[in-house]
Amino acid sequence: MIADDDEKWLADDIAAVKQNAFYMQRAIDSNNLKDALKFSAQMLSELRTSKLSPHKYYELYMRVFNELGTLEIFFKEETGRGCSIAELYELVQHAGNILPRLYLLCTIGSVYIKSKDVTTTDILKDLVEMCRAVQHPLRGLFLRSYLAQVTRDKLPSIGSELAGDGDAQMNALEFVLQNFTEMNKLWVRMQHQGSSREKEKREKERNELRDLVGKNLHVLSQLEGVDLGIYRDTVLPRILEQVVNCKDELAQCYLMDCIIQVFPDDFHLQTLDVLLGACPQLQPSVDIKTVLSGLMERLSNYAASSVEALPNFLQVEAFSKFNYAIGKVVEAQVDLPAAGSVTLYLFLLNFTLHVYSDRLDYVDQVLGSCVTQLAATGKLCDDKAAKQIVAFLSAPLEKYNNVVTILKLTNYPRVMEYLDHETNKAMTIIIVQSVLKNNTHIATADEVDALFELAKGLIKDFDGTIDNEIDEEDFQEEQNFVARLVHKLYSDDPEEMSKIIFTVRKHILTGGPKRLPLTIPPLVFSALKLIRRLRGGDENPFGDDASATPKRILQLLSETVEALSDVSAPDLALRLYLQCAQAANDCELETVTYEFFTKAYLLYEEEISDSKAQVTALRLIIGTLQRMRIFNVENRDILTHKATGYSARLLRKPDQCRAVYECAHLFWTDECEKLKDGERVVLCLKRAQRIADTVQKMTNASRGTSSTGSVALYVELLNKYLYFLEKGNTEVTGDTIKSLAELIRSETKKVESGAESFINSTLRYIEFQRQQDGGMSEKYEKIKMEWFE
Amino acid sequence: MVLVLALGDLHVPHRAADLPPKFKSMLVPGKIQHIICTGNLCIKEIHDYLKTICPDLHIVRGEFDEDARYPENKTLTIGQFKLGLCHGHQVIPWGDLDSLAMLQRQLGVDILVTGHTHQFTAYKHEGGVVINPGSATGAYSSINQDVNPSFVLMDIDGFRAVVYVYELIDGEVKVDKIEFKKPPTSNSAP
Repeated sequence: MIADDDEKWLADDIAAVKQNAFYMQRAIDSNNLKDALKFSAQMLSELRTSKLSPHKYYELYMRVFNELGTLEIFFKEETGRGCSIAELYELVQHAGNILPRLYLLCTIGSVYIKSKDVTTTDILKDLVEMCRAVQHPLRGLFLRSYLAQVTRDKLPSIGSELAGDGDAQMNALEFVLQNFTEMNKLWVRMQHQGSSREKEKREKERNELRDLVGKNLHVLSQLEGVDLGIYRDTVLPRILEQVVNCKDELAQCYLMDCIIQVFPDDFHLQTLDVLLGACPQLQPSVDIKTVLSGLMERLSNYAASSVEALPNFLQVEAFSKFNYAIGKVVEAQVDLPAAGSVTLYLFLLNFTLHVYSDRLDYVDQVLGSCVTQLAATGKLCDDKAAKQIVAFLSAPLEKYNNVVTILKLTNYPRVMEYLDHETNKAMTIIIVQSVLKNNTHIATADEVDALFELAKGLIKDFDGTIDNEIDEEDFQEEQNFVARLVHKLYSDDPEEMSKIIFTVRKHILTGGPKRLPLTIPPLVFSALKLIRRLRGGDENPFGDDASATPKRILQLLSETVEALSDVSAPDLALRLYLQCAQAANDCELETVTYEFFTKAYLLYEEEISDSKAQVTALRLIIGTLQRMRIFNVENRDILTHKATGYSARLLRKPDQCRAVYECAHLFWTDECEKLKDGERVVLCLKRAQRIADTVQKMTNASRGTSSTGSVALYVELLNKYLYFLEKGNTEVTGDTIKSLAELIRSETKKVESGAESFINSTLRYIEFQRQQDGGMSEKYEKIKMEWFE
Repeated sequence: MVLVLALGDLHVPHRAADLPPKFKSMLVPGKIQHIICTGNLCIKEIHDYLKTICPDLHIVRGEFDEDARYPENKTLTIGQFKLGLCHGHQVIPWGDLDSLAMLQRQLGVDILVTGHTHQFTAYKHEGGVVINPGSATGAYSSINQDVNPSFVLMDIDGFRAVVYVYELIDGEVKVDKIEFKKPPTSNSAP
């Protein structure tokens, strides 16, 4: 197996290196220059191998490199002992093979530079030229890498003690540039070695070596004297020249990225034209998106971290340059999948949001470019692209945290058009969540209109088709978002608020039967709040027919709640009618209030058939009616009569009894003398008692079953009598109460009723009231009686 | 020391988007031992949210609640107090103290917690104490014109109950407290 052989060869080579190094070290220790050179040359010969993979070769190289360090020190000591550099140079030339010779020359050369005997320039020039003799890609790369490593600390770089003059800096620059150029050529040549079947393997191997080449760029960035001017005039053009001319995809990708990462951001900003201009010249297979997105991301971060740099962005017109460049790329790459182009635009958008956050027109432009691109590809079907678009649309949301700003972007809804239905809804929910989280208040009808247009995926069915697959719970959760959103729509101006309500209604009514029960309630309550506000304010003397009045809004609500009856939500509709009735009552609109009651009653009669639902609905009717003050006698009578009728016709007797005695309250309004009809109160209570009697009979008949119901009813009635007694109802006589009490007492003697504690607490209450001063005890005198346990 | 959170009438999402942020930041999970809720949440999301604050959640049915399975009323014992819970739309006239007193006698409880009016009240009468925690979201009410968000926290320690009411007025949370003691004899009211 090749891999095993590789290991074996490496092991052999390392052994040989070790051995020669040992002898070399021995020679060094005895100051034997000749032998030192001999053994070092032998050691270096191991690097002549062609058999190793780059990975293994690197290992071998490192071993040798470490040993060469010792040699370098020895050379330096030798020069101290009188051996001149020139002599050393001479001696080294005798090494048999070119590769060892060159390594030794580089080593000595670096000693030479440090000694400052000869000008650095000449040595560097010599060395970089001489290395040309090795054209084998792998060996050449490592040789030049060695050259770079060993001269590194002898170049005038930032932070080093070697401050050079202008010339020295330029020469160092030239040296590194040339070394880089040669190394890149070698590296690219590796691609063409060997058979075409092994292409992938070669690319992998090349990737392992890429940092050797990239290192040079890093060194360049650290050189002293490489200011913006030099960078722009010399460094960048030379690098780009090599990058473009090498016509190698791997190299171009890597090196472009290297340039972007290694040189300062403000350099990039100032040379944007040049960088972007190189992009179209690269090989078609190069993924320009990565290059551009890398650059934009860096510059975004730059803008985010240093506010002082922002004006520069404007000055160099960074936005239009990027916009243009991206446009070109997208144009050129016809096969670019939707996800890819959206990603590019996403990066541009992020860039724009960071750098030009107040330029909504730029943001809108980016959105527009994306729309144009999407238009070419048609509606999206793949998840990846959909995800990218969601990220794309979320970016401005997160940046501005204000939906109202988003609504100003004319292209925003157009981008949303390209999402499939599910993703559209998901995006809408993200938008709504943003409103809720940031507590954004949307204050004009136009903005509301725009927002609900944007959210139409959630508000109504897609293209008229009903989505049958959706999970019930998920659907409700979605619609609850819409409901919550309604409460964030608010204007201080009642006229505007009224317009908002009309707008919301317009949109909600397109929602279809499943949505209405979830979206109509918040609309109703929002409107009721407005009505309360209008009541509090002054009547607008100049108001025309169209202006907001409680009456008009109530009319609207009446029609709106009616829509619920088409979708069989009668319980909800009844409750909403009663709420509206109360509001109408407070606005002193008698006819309107009566209308609402009529509707509620009709629903009760026709739609609410479940017994339990009837009990609750009736309670709400009675409770609401009890609070009405606006009715004339006739209307009041009609409604009350109906209510008591319903009460008596509930299915279960105990429910009947309770509902009837609750109706007693309809005949007694504490604050209003006119509405106190003591007689009819007592009539109700007596009627309730008769129903309780039938319950009692039924219980007695089926002895053995639990019989708590009837006694409890009597005690409740007793309490009600006491209530009206206290309120001053003269029709409540002592006899009535006493006989009821008697009844209770005799019933409880017969059997465990379960109502003992209620009875006791009632008795305790009676006693307590009797102790009170003034009028209360007088009233209770009437019902003084004996009661023994 | 047993902390009991009493709240209700949130009416989410019919009448309010959510609890006020200032309330939400106060209601930290793990601090409260019981929650008693007067009803009208109205949706499951709120039920789940309350459960995260405290798993021992007692709730009764309001007329707008989505879940029809909540009971009409409930009683439970905490410390030396018997508590009763009922939404209040069942008691007519709505908000009438004497009618509520009757319910209290009927349930046989020391403290009756009830809602519906969206108005905080805490008062003593012959039969015990009636507490209405108001509306935790400040939701619209046809009964009460001026609603501020409010809720109640009860600290029950044996025979003593301290009732803290938290009200959000003009953006600030105001706290008030009332104390009730129950005499140690079993039959009488506090």
